[in-house]
Amino acid sequence: MNNLRSRLAATPYLAWMIIFMVVPLALIVVFAFTTTVPCDAEGNILTDEEAYLIQEEETLIWEEQGTPEEERVSAVSEKTIFTVQNILEVNKYMPTMLSSIWMALVATVICLLIGYPLAYMISRMHFVSQKMMLMLVMLPMWMNFLLRTYAWMTLLERNGLINRFLGLFGVGPFNMINTQGAVILGMIYNYLPFMILPLYSVMTKIENTTIEAAQDLGANRLTVMWRVVVPLSVPGINSGITAVFIPSVSTFIISRMLGGGTNMLIGDLIDLQFLGNAYNPNLGSAISLVLMVFILLCMSITNAFDMEDKEGGMLL
Amino acid sequence: MDKNKIIELKGIFKEYNGEQVLKGIDLDIHDKEFVTFLGPSGCGKTTTLRIIGGFVTPDSGDVLFNGRRVNDVPPYKRAVNTVFQKYALFPHLNVYENVAFGLRLKKEKESVIAAKVAEMLDLVNLRGFEKRSVSLLSGGQQQRVAIARALCNEPKVLLLDEPLGALDLQLRKEMQIELKKIQQRLEITFIYVTHDQEEALTMSDTVVVMNGGVIQQIGTPQDIYNEPVNAFVAKFIGESNILPGIMHEDYKVEFAGDNFECVDKGFRHLEPVDVVIRPEDITICPPSDKVINGLVESVLFKGVHYEIMVRAYSDLWKIHSTKAPEVGSVVGIDFTPEDIHIMRKMESSEDYAALEHLNEQRAGTGEEAGTVE
Repeated sequence: MNNLRSRLAATPYLAWMIIFMVVPLALIVVFAFTTTVPCDAEGNILTDEEAYLIQEEETLIWEEQGTPEEERVSAVSEKTIFTVQNILEVNKYMPTMLSSIWMALVATVICLLIGYPLAYMISRMHFVSQKMMLMLVMLPMWMNFLLRTYAWMTLLERNGLINRFLGLFGVGPFNMINTQGAVILGMIYNYLPFMILPLYSVMTKIENTTIEAAQDLGANRLTVMWRVVVPLSVPGINSGITAVFIPSVSTFIISRMLGGGTNMLIGDLIDLQFLGNAYNPNLGSAISLVLMVFILLCMSITNAFDMEDKEGGMLL
Repeated sequence: MDKNKIIELKGIFKEYNGEQVLKGIDLDIHDKEFVTFLGPSGCGKTTTLRIIGGFVTPDSGDVLFNGRRVNDVPPYKRAVNTVFQKYALFPHLNVYENVAFGLRLKKEKESVIAAKVAEMLDLVNLRGFEKRSVSLLSGGQQQRVAIARALCNEPKVLLLDEPLGALDLQLRKEMQIELKKIQQRLEITFIYVTHDQEEALTMSDTVVVMNGGVIQQIGTPQDIYNEPVNAFVAKFIGESNILPGIMHEDYKVEFAGDNFECVDKGFRHLEPVDVVIRPEDITICPPSDKVINGLVESVLFKGVHYEIMVRAYSDLWKIHSTKAPEVGSVVGIDFTPEDIHIMRKMESSEDYAALEHLNEQRAGTGEEAGTVE
């Protein structure tokens, strides 16, 4: 009875998941492994050239006979066929793929290095200060994403605020915008809160007495961190890494605004296949699919760390 | 018993957010002693323990270990270990690793660790639980792990902060006996914090009764129970009838509208005092001229005994007896001179204010404040 009720209650969510997650995902897979090709009336695949020639010929005949528009039925039609060509073509974009992953990785590691001590400090603060600090961490997120990234443009520009300020001391100007560094900076700035929040929420659950117990048993500050706080915050580290790495690796706005088109990311490439001039949704889907596999691989690595702890019998 | 002082507290003051938590604690703790800090919540007992553990730094006063001042020594360098109130086990480690934690930090050899952990788990009856996750253990088992973990470092002094507070009564009683056995076997000092007077009396060599950041009395359980120094201690330890009285001369006290012989002396002539008589020391007898007579107001069955409330004049007497008189009957209240405990008045507002004032003065001038005796 109870089981039935909970199943009923889950139905809308299940339907939602199927309509908006499973189906689109399946469509991406279908798109990635198919392509549309011209074919003749018998269904034989034609090359683009053959199709063009046939169509030219048909047009000539129709014009000679004066066939009205609505009666002109071409022998050439289009046909969707299975192909691995798209996937193989992704290989061409491997350097972009790898550099995207690399940059996202660098941004994630830096976010972790900045976010971890900060989250720990916040979690050990007085209750009121904790709320205050969390507000400050989240405050930038209330502003529009584009606006925040634009702000960095005006800061980093050749005639931007930073260069002008440095100019006062006769230093610079430095070329900061349109570099990999600027893109990574953009990623860190935009996604740092996503690192801090999960870390914080895990760390507040670590009791002060647990830390005191470690000190009591002979652990200095560093050992307490390494042997107690870090192992206990692994779940937070994992979600933080996921929350920063995935949007970083697939972003396209940040690289467009701060990378100036010279530092294309995989996100830009996908964007180009769907909305840009290189219109090819099949290739775009293939790139997405390959990226997804890469992300799954990366995530399974971090998850493996989590599982290791679980085997040790941790229940969190 | 070896009477070497292992820990000395000298004039400890501590303030939290403008509130004086400790108002001049002076205390010597001896080697191999089982000391209990007993008092109601907020009396400063846990703060005192945390000062010894190194988790709290006193505002003034000194903490000495074997005669060496350790005020500024961090917890991880002190030869004490703590069993925390909520166990504070490491949830990411199993039982074995929890117990081995201290030894791992000391970089001991694996064989040494294995032997020591096995010994400790034996001591707390947890053999065979090595691989268990601590979060799957019961409260009692978790507490045993916490004890084994703290003892694994071979501390000179073990601090226990209400370690049995979360356990049920039956388990608590078992653990009390076990802890006492462990202490005697290992021959180390235990400092035990509790608000449970029965626990304190059962386990301790020395009981330190605290209230309001001041030590009220230090003594053996028998001393504390039989000779409470003031009404607070008398009230806090066991149940008692506290009656206002006047000391006429040595061994002569007037209370409850009559003169009685007692065994106390050394009071001023006509000094107002508190008279304490334990409910179990009173015998109920037929009414007569020789004893106080009263009307039985209520009888309550308490298991081992009945709790009988008897009204005599304006006083309400609490009496414990295995026999129940009838409610509404008149009975005699009888006790011997040895049952009468005379204490200097503490609770009269005048005297109490004077004591407070004295403490404040001492705090102000930074003088060592004496314990109340």
